[in-house]
Amino acid sequence: MTDLFSKFDPMIELRAGLLASGVTDPFGMVMERVLSPTVAVCNGRETILLGTYNYMGMTFDPDVIAAGKQALDDFGSGTTGSRVLNGTYAGHRAVEEALKEFYAMDHAMVFSTGYQANLGIISTMAGKGDYIVLDIDSHASIWDGCKLGDAEVVPFKHNDIEAMDKRLGRIPEGAGKLVILEGVYSMMGDIAPLKEMIAVAKRHGAMVLVDEAHSMGFIGPNGRGVAEDQGCLEDVDFVIGTFSKSVGTVGGFCVSNHPKFEILRLVCRPYVFTASLPPSVVATAATSIRKLMHGSNKRAHLWENSKVLHAGLKAKGFQLGTETPQSAIIAVIMPDLERGAAMWEALLHEGLYVNLARPPATPAGMTLLRCSLCAEHTAEQVQTIIGMFERAGKAIGIIA
Amino acid sequence: MDRTQTEARIAAIIEPSNKKGIALDDAATFVGDFEFDSLTVMDFVAAIEDEFDIIISMNQQAEIETYGQLVDAVMKLQK
Repeated sequence: MTDLFSKFDPMIELRAGLLASGVTDPFGMVMERVLSPTVAVCNGRETILLGTYNYMGMTFDPDVIAAGKQALDDFGSGTTGSRVLNGTYAGHRAVEEALKEFYAMDHAMVFSTGYQANLGIISTMAGKGDYIVLDIDSHASIWDGCKLGDAEVVPFKHNDIEAMDKRLGRIPEGAGKLVILEGVYSMMGDIAPLKEMIAVAKRHGAMVLVDEAHSMGFIGPNGRGVAEDQGCLEDVDFVIGTFSKSVGTVGGFCVSNHPKFEILRLVCRPYVFTASLPPSVVATAATSIRKLMHGSNKRAHLWENSKVLHAGLKAKGFQLGTETPQSAIIAVIMPDLERGAAMWEALLHEGLYVNLARPPATPAGMTLLRCSLCAEHTAEQVQTIIGMFERAGKAIGIIA
Repeated sequence: MDRTQTEARIAAIIEPSNKKGIALDDAATFVGDFEFDSLTVMDFVAAIEDEFDIIISMNQQAEIETYGQLVDAVMKLQK
């Protein structure tokens, strides 16, 4: 018998080798208690959270929590059904209304996760004979959406406008074209030159989908994302987003002005063949989205946090994913997985949690310590974080 | 473009990544023989696409494992 698990042997060995060095398992951490959007008890120690994507700190907002509790009382713990059968409650409609207002768009469709939003929209829209042209550093959910559909998939070099232009120009006459971009790329925390890229896509007659998962709520005058910030949101055909970052709960969505958009509710399998979000989740999401519309003070503070941390880490000698702070993600580049894991553990002992990211999630085979800031991090916490990085970095030999 | 010309242009692109100097045999595999990792494959495909002004979609790439299959695919895609 061939063991179907033998294909995982290299990963099993890599993991065993890492743990044999005595390092704490970076992928087995448990948050024992969560005290606030920025502090939790991990492995018995009070820890500053710097790797949660909880950008706007909405998880403990009193209005958000009250809305969730009320929905639990009024509608029960779950819907036990698909959106197209018994799983659309008043709350699902309400959160779609909130999204339409937030983005000032005609249609909004809510999925059970952000992953499913990409999976569903991409695989359903781009079919046999169509072409998907996408950035090579796209998120796993975008790649999986491509794989689930039958379109021809054509990647281009990260943020390379000319490479995208050339590939679009080679697509056979008359074929349907979908260009997929992200506002913020979550591994390095860099943004896309959406204005230029979307103009090129439109010149080739392509429809454009932009994943704004890591920019919603934070980037842009109204928190609509990088496309809004660059003044090209009206040229985006489909915006994909998530409730599991700035919104502070779980779920995914697509908003669009396409006149036929609503038909997707009947033909999109990852939307139809799964249970809808629990009433408490959509209630918290709707409340949070409406509060994010008025979050400009928090947005300004989060930018300040991002700038201070970026400058602080750079000054200490760390190599960062971007020259300047472009989002609420700051990626600290590690020389290799072993020292990355050691640094991760040293930070945990200091009382700081960041994400350890490694291939294949990262570009160019890099090991990263990915930091995501929160609008609820105080200026003092950010200084504490810089001090923790300095001590851990010196102890592990990442900086001099 | 005939097969010999196509092969010469592909060979020139493989050359810098062919560290062990593996012979460009029709049966030579990119992953096994040339030891291309996923990053090399990505850059290599982009270079071939630009050299011949063609698209080799991910779907087509999945069918190309050997040097000979690549030459065949490029011959076909140029038409």
